[in-house]
Amino acid sequence: MARTDPKKDVVIVGLGWTGSIMGIELAQEGLEILALERGPDRATVPDFQYPKVIDELKYGIRYGFMQKPKNSTLTVRRTLEETALPMRKLGSFLPGDGVGGAGIHWNGQTWRPMAEEFRLRSYVEENFGADLIPEDMTIQDWGVSYEELEPYFDRFEYMAGIAGQAGNINGEIQPGGNPFEAPRSRGYPMPPMPEQTDMRLFREAATAMGYHPFPRPSANATQAYVNEYGMQLGPCNYCGFCERYGCINYSKSSPQTCVLDALKRYDNFSYRVNSEVLRVDLAADGQTATGVTYWDDEAQEEVTQPADLVILAAYQLHNVHLMLLSGIGEPYNPQTGEGVTGKNYAYQMNGGTTLFFRDHHFNPFAAAGSSGTSMDDFAINQIDFAAEGFIGGSYITAGLSNGQPIRGISLPEGTPGWGAEWKQGIGEWYGHSMSIGSHGSNMSYRDCYLDLDPTYTDRHGRPLMRMTFDWKRNDIRMTQFMKRQIEPIAQSMNPDSWRSSYKSGGARYDIRPYQTTHNVGGAIMGTDPNSSAVNRYLQAWGQHNVFVLGAGAFPQNIQYNPTGAVGALAYWAADAIRRDYLPNPRPLM
Amino acid sequence: MTNPSSQPPAFRTSRRRFLGGTASVAALAGLARPGEAQDQPDPRAALDGYTPEFLSAAEWAFIVAATARIIPSEGDGPGAIEAQVPVFIDRQLAGEFGAATDLYMEGPFVADADPNFGLQTPLTPAEIYREGIAAFDQWCQQEQGSSFADLDASAQDAALTALSRGEAGLAPEVRDFWTHLLQNTREGYFADPMYGGNAGMQAWVYIGYPGARANFREWVGRDEPYPMGPVNIAGERA
Repeated sequence: MARTDPKKDVVIVGLGWTGSIMGIELAQEGLEILALERGPDRATVPDFQYPKVIDELKYGIRYGFMQKPKNSTLTVRRTLEETALPMRKLGSFLPGDGVGGAGIHWNGQTWRPMAEEFRLRSYVEENFGADLIPEDMTIQDWGVSYEELEPYFDRFEYMAGIAGQAGNINGEIQPGGNPFEAPRSRGYPMPPMPEQTDMRLFREAATAMGYHPFPRPSANATQAYVNEYGMQLGPCNYCGFCERYGCINYSKSSPQTCVLDALKRYDNFSYRVNSEVLRVDLAADGQTATGVTYWDDEAQEEVTQPADLVILAAYQLHNVHLMLLSGIGEPYNPQTGEGVTGKNYAYQMNGGTTLFFRDHHFNPFAAAGSSGTSMDDFAINQIDFAAEGFIGGSYITAGLSNGQPIRGISLPEGTPGWGAEWKQGIGEWYGHSMSIGSHGSNMSYRDCYLDLDPTYTDRHGRPLMRMTFDWKRNDIRMTQFMKRQIEPIAQSMNPDSWRSSYKSGGARYDIRPYQTTHNVGGAIMGTDPNSSAVNRYLQAWGQHNVFVLGAGAFPQNIQYNPTGAVGALAYWAADAIRRDYLPNPRPLM
Repeated sequence: MTNPSSQPPAFRTSRRRFLGGTASVAALAGLARPGEAQDQPDPRAALDGYTPEFLSAAEWAFIVAATARIIPSEGDGPGAIEAQVPVFIDRQLAGEFGAATDLYMEGPFVADADPNFGLQTPLTPAEIYREGIAAFDQWCQQEQGSSFADLDASAQDAALTALSRGEAGLAPEVRDFWTHLLQNTREGYFADPMYGGNAGMQAWVYIGYPGARANFREWVGRDEPYPMGPVNIAGERA
């Protein structure tokens, strides 16, 4: 069975943050828009309602809001020589599923990358010399500058209602903020989150050592707020169920709380759920897309959906998968370095030190996902890469985002993982530990990339995507550097004990433990069609009516959580489409 | 909860209601040790009214014995038996979790792959338990002369230690048996009671976790013990 539906002006693949933003921006142009979401519909009521969403087993452990590997997964290998095997069970990262995408289950930590990160290769070459970049490291400039993107960061932060303390407004350093951040045109729309006990202890210790701690910018509202679309947020009630859960309280910025109800009021916008796009259909000459073909789960048939403009707004991995399946851009070849689609997959290098205090009560269940005190004293623009022998940086944070017990109770070094001593340990130490974490960059490399797997297929018979990725010496040196900075801070706080966890030499990528859902690259942006998959407006080089949103555009990973940059790039691309593309559809570069 | 006497009165009261006070906790601890003289009812009696949905009688005996060593009754706080963890595990194995409903189960399978590649067995979690229990019990027979459930506590601990280290001779297809058993035991200890474990929210009371209250704005930054006991998703208080 198959059918062809009437043509639309725009088809949007995926209805998470970027699909919602592009949807409402283009709906304002009066275009006929259809969004296709492969997961189910989701709304605050009934899907995130109290008390049923306060269920650690169903959502935190069994991943109720995440993609099911049965429906969608990939294969992984660590070297070009290995045979990739499928990720049969979620672990390392947790792509979202359904309307709202990962925008419903994030913690809300919302950053702007440093100005230097947008032109990382140039920054390194100018300041430390090109010789410092290892031969197999394939970092690039983004093709867009922080200064160009600043208005779009501002737009996203005011739309999403971010709470924070500015550190640099138009070049003026602000007390209490991050003095190392790039200049912003105005402060955050909401004041920062209040200080928890662990944040206070860290702030005092970091300040005493001459560092510059500040409240972590947060998409957990601190006040009542109405955004540009008329959507309303209420102040966070610290329920302790943020990451992996939808927000019960209309407090966490998400497509549901910030965009969707406003978007659904446009008669020219519609969306279909349980509709998985199988491929982007190209014209016979390959120069444009004619629309998409998707699987209508309800009708159990393939649907051809013609459209003038195709927006890929799925998760980074799935955008790249669709490009590879559809012939958008030449697939990257790690042997020759030629080809662009799938190039420069990167991840995030994190580590941390856990501190145990018998006499402090951290009450970790009284938590919000973004609550934390951070410092950028060892950020990318603060490190002498030549002296330290690596390229990259981290932000360092103390913050407790939840106190859910199945997800793990930190125990002092040497405590067994089961038996009487484990039970005694959880009784003694639950609520008595805090952590200082390093959230770090990850460079891109010649042999870290995405392509199609030769063996495994999905439920539609399509090849799974294959990820080739491993940890590299440069990034391990970076995280070991952070360990050397964090441990003295921890020691200065005089805990009863502490333990560290940072990757060290020889660490191999392990898909089992959760690390982070900050997968980037594979659809990287740039100004040269020979080295990037999309241009600086996120427009496919070969098919001018295809735009690819999301973190796939990052040529290497930033040292921050990606959503701030993903949101800013979505507004940047939407603005280019509205102002420049729609009046005269053509390659914008 | 390093020092129960430092807890506010309300919390201590609720804890006592479950555990019957410190003195009887100590008494219970002795009771749960297999093979020791017991002059009070075995806490396992609380499981007697439950008819397993998935596990056979021998498998049930194994799960009861193994979880009782993973989270023993001795010492402060409930053990896996008091929390009725075996009920949780049986129900999980009888349901979607046991059937691998969400997992990618297409071949080819490389069960002996580097462990960093995660689960690569063709078996569902329910089958991992079924084959894992049989294989491990056989190993216990060979090494110790009896099935796991019939060993004394220290021999059980030694056998589980071998299992956890991958030294119990299990085939690659069931090498994740221990990981599942440990994880599911912790889940049954701490999950909402509607799933069959964490009976009476005892595990939440023990560590001081308030369960599904989900509203703590006034507790931000307060460096003192939280005074209220837990509630569950059904709205009951401990």
